[in-house]
This record gives sequence, C-alpha cells and structure tokens, in this order.
Amino acid sequence: MVLSIQNVTKSFPGADEPVPVLRGIDLALASGETLALTGESGSGKSTLLHLVGGLDSVDGGTIKVDGKDLAQMDDAARAAMRRSDVGVVFQQFNLIPSLTVAANISFQARLSGVVDEARIAELTEALGLTPHIAKFPEALSGGQQQRVAIARTMAAKPKLILADEPTGNLDEATASDVLDQMLGLVADTGAALMIVTHSQIVAARMDRQVHLRQGRLA
Amino acid sequence: MIFASFTALASHWSRNRLQFLALLLGLALATGLWSGVQAINAEARASYDAAAATLGEGQYDQLVTETGDRFAQSTYIALRRAGWQVSPVLEGELRTDQGLVQILGLDALTTPGGLAPVGMDGETDLLEFLTQGVLFANSETALRLDGQVTLAIVVDDNIAPGIAVTDIGAAQRLLDADNQLSRLIVARAQPFGLPSIASVAPDLVRQPAQDAGADRLTDSFHLNLTAFGFLSFAVGIFIVHGTVSLAFEQRRGMVRTLRAVGVPLRTLIGVLIAELVAFALIAGLLGIALGYVMASVLLPNVAATLQGLYGAQVAGSLQLRPEWWLSGMAIAFLGTGLAAAAALWKIAHMPLLESARPRAWAVASGQTAYRLGLAASVLLSIAVAIAIWGQGLVMGFGLLACLLLGAALALPVLLRGAVQLVERHSKSVMWQWFWADTKQQVPGLSLALMALLLATAANVGVSTMVSSFRVTFVDFLDQRLAPELYIRAQDEVQAQALETYLIANAREVLPSLSVETDIAGIPSDLFGVRVGPTYRENWLFLDQSGDVWSDVAAGRAVVVSEQLARRAGLWVDDPVTVAPGIVLPIGAVVADYGNPRGQAVMSETLFKQSFPDIQPMQFGVRSDDPAALSLALREDLGLSDAAIIDQAAIKSFSLDVFERTFTITGALNVLTLAVAAFAILMSLLTLAAMRIPQLAPVWALGLTRRRLGQLEMFRAVVLAFLTTVFAIPLGLLLAWVLLSYVNVEAFGWKLPMYIFPGHYAVLSMFAILAAVLAALWPAWNLAKTPPSLLLKVFANDR
Amino acid sequence: MIVRLFCALLFLASPLSAQGFAGLGTDAEGFSVPAEGFDFDFPTDHGPHPDYRIEWWYLTANLQADDGTAYGVQWTLFRSALAPETIEGWQDPQIWFAHAAVTSEDTHLTAERIARGGIGQAGAQARPFSAWIDDWTMAGPSFDAMRLTARGAQFAYDLNLMAKGPLVFHGQNGYSVKSDQGQASYYYSQPFFEVAGTLSLPNGDVDVTGSAWLDREWSSQPLAEDQSGWDWFSLSFDSGDKLMGFLLRDRDGDAFSSATWIEPDGTTTAFENGAFAAQPVTLTEVAGREVPTTWAVQLPAKGIDVEVSALNPMAWMGVSIPYWEGPVTVSGSYSGVGYLEMTGYE
Repeated sequence: MVLSIQNVTKSFPGADEPVPVLRGIDLALASGETLALTGESGSGKSTLLHLVGGLDSVDGGTIKVDGKDLAQMDDAARAAMRRSDVGVVFQQFNLIPSLTVAANISFQARLSGVVDEARIAELTEALGLTPHIAKFPEALSGGQQQRVAIARTMAAKPKLILADEPTGNLDEATASDVLDQMLGLVADTGAALMIVTHSQIVAARMDRQVHLRQGRLA
Repeated sequence: MIFASFTALASHWSRNRLQFLALLLGLALATGLWSGVQAINAEARASYDAAAATLGEGQYDQLVTETGDRFAQSTYIALRRAGWQVSPVLEGELRTDQGLVQILGLDALTTPGGLAPVGMDGETDLLEFLTQGVLFANSETALRLDGQVTLAIVVDDNIAPGIAVTDIGAAQRLLDADNQLSRLIVARAQPFGLPSIASVAPDLVRQPAQDAGADRLTDSFHLNLTAFGFLSFAVGIFIVHGTVSLAFEQRRGMVRTLRAVGVPLRTLIGVLIAELVAFALIAGLLGIALGYVMASVLLPNVAATLQGLYGAQVAGSLQLRPEWWLSGMAIAFLGTGLAAAAALWKIAHMPLLESARPRAWAVASGQTAYRLGLAASVLLSIAVAIAIWGQGLVMGFGLLACLLLGAALALPVLLRGAVQLVERHSKSVMWQWFWADTKQQVPGLSLALMALLLATAANVGVSTMVSSFRVTFVDFLDQRLAPELYIRAQDEVQAQALETYLIANAREVLPSLSVETDIAGIPSDLFGVRVGPTYRENWLFLDQSGDVWSDVAAGRAVVVSEQLARRAGLWVDDPVTVAPGIVLPIGAVVADYGNPRGQAVMSETLFKQSFPDIQPMQFGVRSDDPAALSLALREDLGLSDAAIIDQAAIKSFSLDVFERTFTITGALNVLTLAVAAFAILMSLLTLAAMRIPQLAPVWALGLTRRRLGQLEMFRAVVLAFLTTVFAIPLGLLLAWVLLSYVNVEAFGWKLPMYIFPGHYAVLSMFAILAAVLAALWPAWNLAKTPPSLLLKVFANDR
Repeated sequence: MIVRLFCALLFLASPLSAQGFAGLGTDAEGFSVPAEGFDFDFPTDHGPHPDYRIEWWYLTANLQADDGTAYGVQWTLFRSALAPETIEGWQDPQIWFAHAAVTSEDTHLTAERIARGGIGQAGAQARPFSAWIDDWTMAGPSFDAMRLTARGAQFAYDLNLMAKGPLVFHGQNGYSVKSDQGQASYYYSQPFFEVAGTLSLPNGDVDVTGSAWLDREWSSQPLAEDQSGWDWFSLSFDSGDKLMGFLLRDRDGDAFSSATWIEPDGTTTAFENGAFAAQPVTLTEVAGREVPTTWAVQLPAKGIDVEVSALNPMAWMGVSIPYWEGPVTVSGSYSGVGYLEMTGYE
C-alpha cells in the first residue's frame, strides 16, 4: 500500500468550541491506483489531502505513506517525504513567480536531488509547455500555469500524487486535456493518484470514487 | 537542496530590482550616516589625544616667563639643584621649503610619565637619540622634513600633525637656541620642604594646568554629533525595517510553496538568514564607503573648528580607524537583524497553509494602529516620568528615546484620526473615496512617514537648540567681554601707575580683584567689582530680586553663577557665606557657560575689607578708542604687547568658531531629511504593485489614470503636511529636553529656549517638497500604467 | 613609563640584547676594561671615569636614633655611559641616576632620580669632592669629611660623614674579579665613616648617629653573560672587624664568591672563590618575588658562622630596575650590623 489512512480525525478551532471536520476516515490506496475524493464545499476534502501530504497534522488516527507513519515524522522528515515520495498539485498553482517556467518545472526534482533531464524534457513536451519554457508564470494563462504545476510535481517522480481540484479553474476543454495528460503520465510511472474534485466528470475517470459527507466517507 | 532553495528565494530580487536597491541603499545610507559621524568623532578625538599628549597642555602646571620669551637653561639647573622636579621644553618653528614645522624638544629622562607617547622601541638607538638627535613626526610632517634636516626622521602617526618631537639638545641646535628653554613642565608630585620657585627662579611664573573649559565645548560638540548619528541611524532603520518586512511578506507565497514542495523549515530559515547576512555585509561595506566620503567632505570644517577651539591642527586626511568602521559594520548587522527578526519569527511559526495573500506589512489595519498608539502612550508616559523625576545623563537620553519612539508609534493613529475627520466632512464621491483610500494607505506608508516625522522633528529640535545657543552665547559674550581692553600689570607698582593712568584716560576702569576660595563647599572664584554702567548695562541675570547692582555696590547682596547656585542648592534670596564672616543674600543668579568653577561677585569695597592684601593686577577698560589707548599704554607706561588683550578680537573669534561648529550639524540635518525622503520614495514605489488591484475598480468606474496620478501627488502632500504639523511640536519638545534637561545634566547649565516660527515654516516647506519629489515618480508611473495591467485584475481570480 | 624604558635601555650602547642582570653582562665594546696591577691615584680616582661603562658611589649606613630605634640609610649615585667620553651639553653620552632610601623595622621609603650628564644637573668631581644629582649631594672639602643629603616625596636626610680609617681595596689591590671567565671591576671602599645627622620622616625629624660604608666601583662588563644576579653583604662586627662578601649567582644555580676581611686598622685579607659561603634561610614574599631575608653566612678561615637577618624584610627598592637593599643584624659567632643587597630575583 502506498497510502494507508486509519481512523483519522481532525478538528479546527471554532468560535466557541472546536469544529470537527473529519470524524474517522479509513482509506487505502495502492500504487498505480487512481482515486477521486468528492464532497460538497466544506466537507473536508482539502483537509484530508493536506493531512496526507504532511502539510497539517491529524488529531487522531494514523496516516502511513509508503509504510511510514506521518505522526512519527518531524518537520525535516516530512519535508523529505514531500520532496521525493509525495507530490502535491494545489488549486492555486503555487508557482514561484520569479523563476522561469523551465526552472519551476525542474524545481522539486532538483530539491530531491533526482534530476532526470530526459524525463523533464519529455514531460514538458507532453504537457505542451516547450514553447513557454523561458517565460515567467505571470505571462501564462491559467491553464498553462496549472500544467506547469503538474509538470513540476511529476518531474520529481513521486510515488503518490495528491491533486487538489487541479482543473477547478479551467474551462471544460482544457480541463479534459490536462486530465488526459495526468492520467497518461500516472499510467506511465505507476504512481498512485488521489484527486480532490467536485466535478463528477473528473471523478468518473478515476479507478475509484469516495465521497465525504459530514466528515465521514460514504 | 540548499542551493535550489537559495536560488528560488534570491530570484525574487532579480524580478524586483527596485526593492533590492531600496533595501541595500536604505541600509547603506543608515550605516553611512552613522559611520560618517563616528569617523569624524574618532578622527577628532585622535587629534585631541595626540595634541594633548604631544604638547602636554592642560595636564601639568608650567613655568614660563611673564612675556612668554625664552629663558636661560641655567634656570632649569638651578631649580633642579634646589630639588624641584621640573622638565625642560623648547618649542619653535622651523622653516622648511615645504612649510613650517613646529619643533618640540623634550628631555625624555625627566618628562612626567605619559607625556611623550613616541614610539621609542628598541630600534631607536638611544645613543643616537640623545647625542645626535632623532625627529619623530607623523607621515605628513615627515615628508615636509625630508631632506631639510640632517637628523634621522622616524615616522610615528600618533604624533599630532605639524609637529616634530625630538630631544631637547637636538631641538636647541635645530632652532639655533643654544642653552635656551621655552618652558618647564612641573611634575605633579614634588618632594616636601622645597624652597619656593620664586626664590630660585624669580623670572618665571607658574601657569596652572588648563582647566576643562575647552574640553567642555568640544564635549558638547561631540555629544551633538553622536546624537545625530543615532538619529540618522534610527531613520535609516525605519527604511530597512520596511523593506525587509515587505520582502518577507511578498515572499510568503513562495515560502509556502517551498515548504509544500519539501524544503525543511530549518533549511529555509537558514537560507533566509544567509541572505540577510550577505545583505548586511554588502550594505555595510557600501555604507562604510559612503560614511568615509561624507566624513572626508565634512572634516575640513571640523578641522577648522578644532583649530579654533584647541589651537591644534587636525590631520587633513581621514584615517580608517577600526573604532568607526567596525561599529559601522556592527550597526549594519544589528539593523538588519532587528528588522528581520520579527519576520523570521513569523515564518518559523507560520502554519504551512496560512493564506499567502500579501498583506500590507507592519501595520495591517486600524486595529494595529490603535495597538501602536497604546504602546506610544506607554512610552510617552515613561518620558513624562523621567522628565519629572529623572536624574543623570543616561536618563536624559532615555527621555529623548522614549519621546521620539513614542511619537513615531503614535503617528499612524494620529494620521488615521486626522484623515477620518476630513473624510467625515467630504461631500463628493471622489473625495470620499480619496480619503477612505488614504486611510487605507496610512498603514503602508507609516514607516516612511515615521521617518519623515523623526527627520523633521530632529531638524526643528536641533536648529532651535543651536539658535538658542547662538543667541545666548552672543549675549553672554557681550556681557563678559564688554570691556574693550583687558590689561595685566606685572607688579604692584605698575598696577598702581596703570590704574591712575587709566582713570585719567579711559571711560571706565574695572579693576579685577579675585581670590580662589570655597563657597558653600564648591571651589569658586570670588570677585570684587567696581559697580558702574558696564555691569548695570551689560549683565543679564537668570533670576534676580530687587535692584541688584545697587545692593551689590552697597554691600547688601552678592551675585552668584548658575553653576554655583545649582550645585550648592541655592537660589535668589538665599544667604551664602562668601568669605569668613561675610554672609550675604543672593541678589541674582547669572549664567556662566563652560566654567566648572563657581563664581560669586561682591562689591570692591567689601572685597577690600575682607582681603586687604590683594591688589588688583588686572583691569578691564572701557574706551571709545581702544586702539589709541592700547598704543598709549605701550608707549607711555612701557607695557608689553602680551599685557594688553583686545577683547573685541576675542569676541569675534569665539563667534566664528561657534558658527563653524554648527555648520556641520546643519549639513547632517539636510542629509537626514534626504534619507527620509528616500524612505518615502521607496515605500511608494514598492507599494505601487499592490495598488493596482485597489485602483483598478476606481479606474474602471471612470476616474482617468491621469487623475489618479494627480490624486497620488496630492495624497503625498497631505500626508507630508500632516506629518510636519505633528513634527513641529515634537521638535520643540526635543529642543526643550536638550536645553533644559540634557544640557543641565551634562554641563550644569540651562539654556533658555528661543522660538523661530519663520524657520519652522521654511522647514515644513522643505519636508513637503521632499515628500512631493519622492511621490513624483510613483505617481507618474501610475498615470502611465497600461490598461491591460489594470484589466488583469479583473481577469485573475485572487 | 618612559623613564622605565630608558632605564632598561641605559645599559645598551649597541643593539645587542642585554645579557646578565640589568644588562651588566653585555660585552665591553669600545670601553676601557679594568686590568690587574692598576695604581689608584687619589683624589682623582674618587671622581668619575667616563671611559668605563658603569660606575657608582654607593653609601649605606647603619644608624640609631636617641631612643634606640635602628635605621638604615642608602645613597647611591650611578653613572652609565652610552659612549666612552664626555661632552659638554645635552649631547653628553653619560646618564646619571640615583637611589635613596631610609629603612626602619616598619618603614621603608625610597626615591629615585635620573639626569643627563653634561648640563650640570648631575655629576661628580674629584677635587674638591662632590657627587650630586638634583638636590642630592655627597660632598666635602675632602673624601674624609663629607655632607650627605637626599630628598624624596616623604623623607629627606642631612648627614655628616667623618672617615675614621683608611680606604680599603678589594680583590687584588682593588682589581675585583667577578667570575671564572675573568670579568672584573675596580673596587675600593671607605667602610669607616662615623655618621651624625638628621632624618626627616613623615612623623617628624629624628637625630641619628652611627656608621656608614661607601663603596666605589667602576667597570665596563662587571658580569659574565650567564650571571643572573648577586647577593652582597657588608658586615660591621662589634669586634671592630668588617667583612665584605658577595655571591654572584649564575643561571645554573652555581655561585662565584669573593670576600674581603677588614681589620679595625684597615688591613685587608682577600678571599677567592669558594672561601665565603652563604645560604638562604628564610624566604619572604616581597613585591611578588621570593627573596631570602635571612642568611647563614660562613667564612671558616676567620671563624665566621653567623646568621644575617634583615631589619625590615620588605626593603624592596621599587625603582626602574628593582632590587632588594636594606640594613641587617648579625648574630652567631660574631655579632653586629650591616647592609644586604640582593639583585636578580624574579
């Protein structure tokens, strides 16, 4: 199992008392598997994704990525995990505005020390970014920026890819395009993919679907 | 990984070159101002030390002839054979092809300890030094002597400029003054039971060691400069703080990305610190270079001042002394550290996923402004407490610091309040928007405006102090140097002849009767004066009771100096014992700036009753034609030139020195203002990017870009104007603290404060002008913003 | 500070580093050197010998006040030459310096003076005899009747000296050898002075009487390179005999000794290396150094087996080149008083 989530709970501070967001989640993901995580706004999808990526900590339960318990890791270990094992594609692109597209794409790979130039060139080409590699992110359209984010994540060859509404800001045609490329690349590398989405179209294209309602999986 | 993170973070600067420049320049300017001031101080102090040590002035009593001429060496031997521990000195000027060199000859075996800090190391052959003579001089002087003398020349840069030190025998040969001496230094410790000097060497008089008078003036000069250094640095730090915080805020998104992508927090912080260190290093070095240039430009003025005050030459060139460049670097690091500490702490404790939207830094909302206002009121209350109960110089500076800092922190809330007031009264939509927008801008501009506040207040404060000083000083000189001539008689016979002659030929004769005594436990000089029109017309009192001079003339009262009064805890109407058996009420207290001893003045008659043996040997003379009288005295009575002092000349000379002293502070004033203007410019420029989304809606709704640009200018004027309105009372308060508190603690006398409204108006104009100039470029930029940029605001979902 | 530096440099006429205590072991370069068989010529030889590097007029006195309090007085004038000549004026390469001290059981007051030669501030002349620096003098119509004055910050004295016996010569008729390598000086003494005069002390004036011993010595390299200091004894026994003995210590811990036995009529017997012996008995910490203030002294040939103890163990001369000098009492096979000088203790 690449990912194993057991009885995870998470609450956030509220006005009077903590507001529970996740009330006990159990989930498992094997390599090569693709999973869609759906639910209404505020149901905790992004939270779960963040917890899996080690960007936040659980209140209760365990999350194991590639057999390693996240709760046992300190900041440095989690950072290491995010460098090499897990790749996160955010909704907001989160590119580095002062680096060129090419630098952005190879960034995570350089951090983890595993730079496969050929692979990066392949990815860049596959995602149609080659004509833009010398530009800065602000000169690109929303869809192009999203593709750069995806390229960055995949260039690092992670075992688990977490994507938070990667097509949320894109029009239908571009969204479909991006998704095609993502799934194709995932199939090539054998990584596991967990996508948070509120779009049924996207969810339908995944191997599995789970639905979050009121903090529990339905 | 470290390299990758570093390149990512650093790439921000290549895309924001202006910010980068602002940060570097801001820090460099702050460091530069500080280092420059310190460099001047250090150079001056080194010159004093060298002068004092080399010339021995001020440390020891000296024996000289009445006329100041040279005397026979046999006098020295006679004194020595009588047991007096004295040391011979010969001074003279040597003409070389490259100018004059002052030759100073000493007997190294008998000079009191610490007098000649010449580098007498093992390399100097003692035999050569004592028998043939070796000249010690600094590099400049050594060059002048090169090839002009047969003696060996050794370079020692500790020696004051223009002087060459050598053995007395060699000096006698160089100056063609065989067996002659200029003066004798009297060692402090003498054996007991010696015959009086007068019985062994009747031709010599004993000149007491110079009191700390000159030291006081130079002390205040340096205090001034250092205070300015601090102020300039504080202003500079505001810039640095603003820019560093902005840089951190703008990179928050990047920080989040980096952490999300897997950079550990520790690495991130480490890289940021390394970046800051690199900044501090580069900016520090740049600042030191700037400081060096600034000091070099100002040094000639300082040198001229010192020459006037101390009579010694100051080296024309500035030396790189570790005391100022090391402290400059330290300050650069300190400033950066202070500025970045908060930001780094925030990053370290920021939850990874916190919103990456860049906020206005430092003062984000009205809430923060009120919080700062609270901090301000705490500081100001401390300031008030110190003003009432505080004692000591350290407290005085604490007072200043609390006052300035408190005022600065109070500025945002005050500005906000002022703007709010106007907003409530504005009618048109555009103006309502304008004031609301201004209110929102205040937090972003507060640091720059605080800098402007401090710079303007400092200007007002220091110039008020200086001008008050000048007015007072002039009055003081007029009072003390009222007699046109001051004559010293050689002996009692001559004194009597002189007095008779003067009474016949001068308008008013003022014999000087004085005795050293202790009054109320304080070492003082007691004077007996002949009360007449001179005293009545010229003397100004700090406080008085009744018809002072008539009371004094009648022997019913005394006048005491401010220092004596303050130190003894006495004031007008209090009784004081001025002499055995004589207790009189204080009729008035008079100012006596720069005198560490107390002074009391009583009538001549009373003085003669108490001290019948003391004859007046010195006379102040009022005359309508002092030159003629001076000539007559020399011809008819055979007085020497040295015996007649032209006080008018002294007065103008003292004023001259004074003027030059404060030219330097004037220059620093201007520089500080310039730094503040720079702060404003940088803030506006860096804010510009964030302004776009705020202005885009207004533009879309119909306000032209040109109009927006004009409004930006207007806003700059308004904010600057409001700031100067607050700055003026702050500056006056500053001046008051300096004159009434700091000066009293430091020197024991209080200067009255004079106000110069015209000057303040001019100053405000300058401050506003500075702000306008600073706002020009950003406003122009704004007016020329391409529409596409404004439209993008609507296209991108933020 | 500068005086200190100069004093340290005084013994260096050349850039060579100082050797032996106070540089007295430095090579004689250019200066005259004592030789055997020298004929003394008085009163000329009471005066200075500028062609020799170092010379002194060294007086120590054991005195008593009317109330029996014991005092020791020292008056020393040194001449140090940077070159073997005298010149009139400041260029004179002769440097003069002097030490004076008054010691009692509980007080020890010292003073120091330094002056250039050639200008009249200090000097010595043979006829009439006069040795002076500033207002310190040792002078008189002849060497047998002199007046001794000195003044310091806290004391002064004015003493009359009357010689009651002849001059004595140490070593081989005044040629006094200091080491196996042959360094020597010319050395004679007048140990038979009777003293009467006044001491002016912080508590007031004190009339005193007693005896004094004047040493005259000059040379250009009185020590060998490796000699680090000496211990010098001048003892006046109640029997009327006197003994001068010194130990020159070297760095290895060995000592070269020499002594002169003086009979009441002035007859002398010279003792070469090894005859005179002295061992430290008590050490006292003085001025940060461990200094022997009680000694066991032996001269078997004359039946001397005595203990010499300092009247005031703290008699440290805190001058530019410091040393210990003070009055002593003698007990054992003989009894008496004397003076002890110890140098080179670090």
